[in-house]
Amino acid sequence: MSIQTEALRLSQLDRLEAESIHILREVAAEFRNPVLLYSIGKDSSVLLHLLLKAFRPARPPIPLLHIDTTWKFREMIAFRDRRAAETGVDLRVHINEEGVRQGIGPFTHGATVHTDVMKTQALKQALDKYGFDAAIGGARRDEEKSRAKERIFSFRSAQHRWDPRNQRPELWNLYNARIRQGESVRVFPLSNWTELDVWLYIWREKIPVVPLYFAAERPVVERDGALIMVDDERMPLRPGETPMLKRVRFRTLGCYPLTGAIESAAETLEAVIEEMLTTRSSERQGRVIDHDPSASMERKKQEGYF
Amino acid sequence: MTVTPERHAALAAYLRKHEGRDQLRFITCGSVDDGKSTLLGRLLYDTKLLFDDQLAALARDSKRHGTQGDALDFALLLDGLEAEREQGITIDVAYRFFGTDKRGFIVADCPGHEQYTRNMATGASTAELAVVLVDARKGVLTQTRRHTWICALFGIRHVVLAVNKMDLVDYDRSRFEAIAAEYTALAYALGIADATCIPLSALCGDNVTARSPRMPWYEGPSLLEHLETVRVERATGGTGFRLPVQWVNRPDHGFRGYAGTVAQGRIAVGAEIVALPGGRRSRIARIIGPDGDLEVAAAGQAVTLTLADELDIARGDVIADAAHPPQVADQFACRLLWMGDAPLLPGRPYWLKIGARTVGAQVTEIRHKIDVNTQAELAAKRLELNEVAQCNLSLDQPVAFEPYAENRTLGGFILIDRQSNATVAGGTLDFALRRAGNVHWQHIDVDKAARATIKGQKPCCLWFTGLSGSGKSTIANLVERRLHALGYHTYILDGDNVRHGLNRDLGFTDEDRVENIRRVAEVAKLMVDAGLIVLVSFISPFRSERRMARALFGEGEFLEVFVDTPLAECERRDPKGLYRRARAGQISNFTGIDSPYEAPEAPEITLRTVEAEAGALAQRLVERVLSFEPAHGREA
Repeated sequence: MSIQTEALRLSQLDRLEAESIHILREVAAEFRNPVLLYSIGKDSSVLLHLLLKAFRPARPPIPLLHIDTTWKFREMIAFRDRRAAETGVDLRVHINEEGVRQGIGPFTHGATVHTDVMKTQALKQALDKYGFDAAIGGARRDEEKSRAKERIFSFRSAQHRWDPRNQRPELWNLYNARIRQGESVRVFPLSNWTELDVWLYIWREKIPVVPLYFAAERPVVERDGALIMVDDERMPLRPGETPMLKRVRFRTLGCYPLTGAIESAAETLEAVIEEMLTTRSSERQGRVIDHDPSASMERKKQEGYF
Repeated sequence: MTVTPERHAALAAYLRKHEGRDQLRFITCGSVDDGKSTLLGRLLYDTKLLFDDQLAALARDSKRHGTQGDALDFALLLDGLEAEREQGITIDVAYRFFGTDKRGFIVADCPGHEQYTRNMATGASTAELAVVLVDARKGVLTQTRRHTWICALFGIRHVVLAVNKMDLVDYDRSRFEAIAAEYTALAYALGIADATCIPLSALCGDNVTARSPRMPWYEGPSLLEHLETVRVERATGGTGFRLPVQWVNRPDHGFRGYAGTVAQGRIAVGAEIVALPGGRRSRIARIIGPDGDLEVAAAGQAVTLTLADELDIARGDVIADAAHPPQVADQFACRLLWMGDAPLLPGRPYWLKIGARTVGAQVTEIRHKIDVNTQAELAAKRLELNEVAQCNLSLDQPVAFEPYAENRTLGGFILIDRQSNATVAGGTLDFALRRAGNVHWQHIDVDKAARATIKGQKPCCLWFTGLSGSGKSTIANLVERRLHALGYHTYILDGDNVRHGLNRDLGFTDEDRVENIRRVAEVAKLMVDAGLIVLVSFISPFRSERRMARALFGEGEFLEVFVDTPLAECERRDPKGLYRRARAGQISNFTGIDSPYEAPEAPEITLRTVEAEAGALAQRLVERVLSFEPAHGREA
C-alpha cells in the first residue's frame, strides 16, 4: 500500500508512454525485419514520436512504410515528406501500381473496392515485397469493437489472415514473437490508449500533426450525410452540387473522398481537446468504410486490413 | 476561435487533473450467462460514456441480434466478433475504457466458457482487481471456482463477487448471504485477502452505479462506488533495483546503452550494479529517460542505462542492485495453467520466456494437478487444456528471478511450443529448487575424443525412425554386421529389447513414449561419449522427442534415418502380427492405427524400402557413416 515511497509517481500518460516504448523495443529485438506502418494521422504521429524516444540516441532500427492510395489529402503527403526529412527516419512509400493502371478509385469503384485494392492488397504487396515479419500499427482498442478484441502482438498467417477465434494467449508483457517463415505479426503499441490520451499526449509533448485536424475554411460538399472536402480536380460533382466554403476540421484522416469533415471552430490544439470532451459522436463516425455491413472492420481485418 | 489565457489555463488544469487521475485495470469474469457483458454495457451506459452513433448502432443491433425484445441489449456493445454476436457468447477478451472524476478504468471483459479459459487468463494477467459474477439463482459454479483460482494464480489480490440477477430471486437477502458466505470461504482458502460481495441486477441497474432502493437491507457500496474507492497496491515485494535488458543500443563505438523497463526499485547515477546471470559489476554512468538524461530511474519507467565499465551484457540479462541482487537458478517449483490444445508431457522440450530472455525448458515433474472445484490435489502424468498444476521446471540455462508473489515481471513466464510456436502455458515461479546445485559434473581426464581415437573411428548416433514393421531393425542389423566386419566398434539399441530391461516400467501412452525416448537418447549419448557408433532403432513417432534427442549430440554426431515405408506395406508385412491385433482392437495406442506418426521434416537420410532391398540401403548407410572418417582412417 503505497509503501513505495521509493517509487516515482508515474502519471497515466507516463505509464502509457513507458508501455509503448517497451513494446517497440521488443519488436526491434525479436523480429528480423520489422516495419512501422505510418499513415500520417495523429496516432502515427504519436507512434513516430515514441519510436524516436525508444531508441535515443540511436536512429530507430525500424523503417517507416506508407501505403499511398493516391487519394490522400494533399496536405497529408506534404506533412509526411516534411516529417521524414526533419526526423531523418527511413521512410518507404508503396503504391499498388496494378490498381493505378486499372484506374481504381473511390468515385469509380466505390469505397469497398478502392479500400481493398489500394489499401489492403497494397499493404500485402509491400509486406511480401520487403519480407517484413512484423508490422507496427497505431490502432487503439477504444476505436472499434473488433479492435477491442485484438492482442498487442497479433499473429497473421502466411496469407496475412487474422483468426479472431483462435488468438494466442498474451500474458503480462511477455509477447510471443515466434513465427515461421512467411508468417508475420501486427503489433499495436497504442492498444491501451484512448483518443483523449492521444490528444493530451500530443499537447504535452508538442508533437506536430497534420493541419487538417484544425478548423479552417475549406471547400466541401454535403454528400450522403457527410461533408466531403473537394481536395483536387478528380472529384466529380453531382448535378446541383457546388463546393461551399465551410469552417470544418477532421477527427480522423484517410482518403479524402471517404473522410467526412465536421463543422467546427476549433483552430488550436487546446480547442480541439475541449471540443472532444464535449462531443457526442465517436471518431470513426466520419469513416465511410465503417458503415458497410456492421461487422465490416472484423472482416476487413481478417483479410489483412490494418 | 482564439484561445484566451483563461481558457488555456483551464485546459492546462484539466490535463494535470487527467494525468494525476488514478487508473484501475480490472476484469469481469464468471460463468457463461451470468451477465458479464450486460453489466459492463450498463456501466458504460450509466456513466454516459457512449457516443450517439454508438447508441444508434446499438439500437440497430439490438433489433437484429438482441435478446431483450425492443430494449437495448448491452451485451452487444462488447461482443464485437461476428461469431460472438451470432452465438450470443463471448469468445475472447474485450478491452473497454471508461472513467469518472475519481478514476480512469481499463476493463477486460473475459469469456465464461471453459474452452476459452486461456483468453480469460490473458485478461487476468494484467489486472489489479477482478469482478467475478454469479447468477443469484445458480450460485457458485465450477467456472466461478476456476476463474477465482486463476485470479489467485495471477496474484490478483482484490476480488468483487457481483451476485447478479437479484431481480430474478425477488431481491432475497438470505439467498445473497448464502452465496456470499460460500464465496468468501473459497477466496480465503485461495489466499485472496480482499473479497467484497455486492448484490445487483445489471439488467435493471440495481447497485451498479447507485445504491438500489429495492435492496434496503444491503448497506455496502454500489459496484461503481467500490471500483472508484478500493485501494490497490501497485508494486509489491522488495525495493532492490531490477531491469531486464531488452535491447543493447549501440549507434556507434562511443555509446553502449542497455534499454529496458525498470521492473522493481530505483537506481541513481553512480550506484553499483551487477549484471546477472554473469555476475560482473560496474556503476551506472548515465540514465537516459524518454526526455533526456535523468538522475534517478524507478519502477515502471522505460530507460536506457550506460555503465562505467564495458561489460558483456546481452538481451535478457538482468541489471540489478549490487547490494541486493535477485537469485539465479535453473530449477524451479512453479504453478502452471496449461493452454495448449495438445497435452503437456513432462520431459518434452518447450521454449520459456521470462523477462526479456527465452530459454529451453522442460517440466520435469507434475507434482500434482488441482481440481479447481474442490481444490483437491490429484496425481497426473500429463496436463490437458485448461488444467492447472504445481510442477517442477528445468531450464537449460540459469536466469535471474524473483518469486511471482514478490514481482510479476521477474516471476511470470510463458511456455511456447517449439513446433507450432503457440503460447501453451502461463506460469508463476514459486521458489528455486536446490537439487541442480548439489549434483556437480565430475571432471574426467579421458574425454570423448581420446576414447574415439583409440578405437580409430568417429563416434556417432544413427537414429532410425519409422513405423512398426518398416524395416528399421532389419537394416540396422545389416549395417552393424558390416561395420563390425570392418573392425568398427558399434552397438544397437533396439526398441523391443530396451523395453524388456531399462524401460520395462513404461507403457505406450504419449507420456510414456516421451520418457522411453528420453532414456534411450541419454543412453545413446553415453555410448557416443564412450566412442561407439550407436544404432538406435525406435519407432520414435514424435518430432519433438527426436529433436530433443538430436539436441543432446554435437554437430554432425546425430544422423536421423527415416525408414520410409507406407503404412499399407508395413501392415502387409506385419512380421510380428501386431497390426492384425491392433486392427482387432487387442492393442491400443498403436502407432499408425490409433496413435499418430509424425514423419521427419528434414532427416539426414531417407530410406524407401519399397524401392530398394535392405542390403543396398544398408550399404548406402555404411558409406555415409564412413565418409565421416578422419583422413587417417583405415580403408573402408
